[in-house]
Amino acid sequence: MIKRATILLTLLLLGFIFLRAVVEYTPPADLNALSRHYVAFGPHELGAANIVTAVLVTYRGLDTLGEVAVLFISAAGVGLLLRRKVAKREEKIPPRASSELVGTAIQFLLPLIFVLGVYIFANGHLTPGGGFQGGAVLASGIMLLLLADPGARLNHTIVHWLESSSGFGYVVVGVLGLAFAGGFLDNRFLDLGTFGELFSAGAMPIIYVFIGLKVGTELSAVLERMKD
Amino acid sequence: MILLLISSVLCAGIIVSALLAVFLGNTVSAAISAGMASLFAAITYVVLAAPDVAMTEAAIGSGLTTVIFLYAIRRTTEPPEE
Repeated sequence: MIKRATILLTLLLLGFIFLRAVVEYTPPADLNALSRHYVAFGPHELGAANIVTAVLVTYRGLDTLGEVAVLFISAAGVGLLLRRKVAKREEKIPPRASSELVGTAIQFLLPLIFVLGVYIFANGHLTPGGGFQGGAVLASGIMLLLLADPGARLNHTIVHWLESSSGFGYVVVGVLGLAFAGGFLDNRFLDLGTFGELFSAGAMPIIYVFIGLKVGTELSAVLERMKD
Repeated sequence: MILLLISSVLCAGIIVSALLAVFLGNTVSAAISAGMASLFAAITYVVLAAPDVAMTEAAIGSGLTTVIFLYAIRRTTEPPEE
């Protein structure tokens, strides 16, 4: 009874806080000083058409590195917790094979999904989307493969190498920015190029390709761990 | 005005599917309702002009998380007798 009352009281308090936030909310009529700087100088300073990417990859690049690290830690945690039961798998009956229809559809859809994922993170500095989104699309392609073919296995050597080298490459690009440009994860040590082209915005596409590959491989590894 | 109407309907969708996820007895249906709440949230982000966030929400929130929940449910419940 006391437990129930405590829960109810906590919920009421939480609801009250949210209600006050909603009732007293007035949309800001003007950007604050920092946002104004990002909007006014971002495209010229960094050569990125997508300001969200400019903020995520360079201005707040260290935070993105932290996010990638958090994702890495959770993926490693899942791998550690679900490691056992490898030997017991062998004696189990093999899962039923998927139907012809599903198998053919996968062969048709998987390349398209992968191309979409790579497009999203390679064009992160031009169009909405970026490393996290593209990586998640790659992982959903892997998810489709795992769902359609119960016996499918990822090649652990490739996944492992891809993940480690992209994480390493991300930090190396950051350090190169520190050495040859304004600071850690500064994208301007490469030529900014023509505004709006694929190969522009300095090191931004390179960073997003690394993030995309890392997120994609990490999420795929989590999915595969969960599956068996 | 029409924007306000559309986003209100979508937000109602988020709330209804979230409540369903809490109150449905069947865990599989609850996981799918939670994914639906994410999907409604993703559409709301598109309507409110935040495509970057919408992509993440759609791919991770409603896609990967739902499947991970379903895998977890399968691992933690008894397999059906054939």
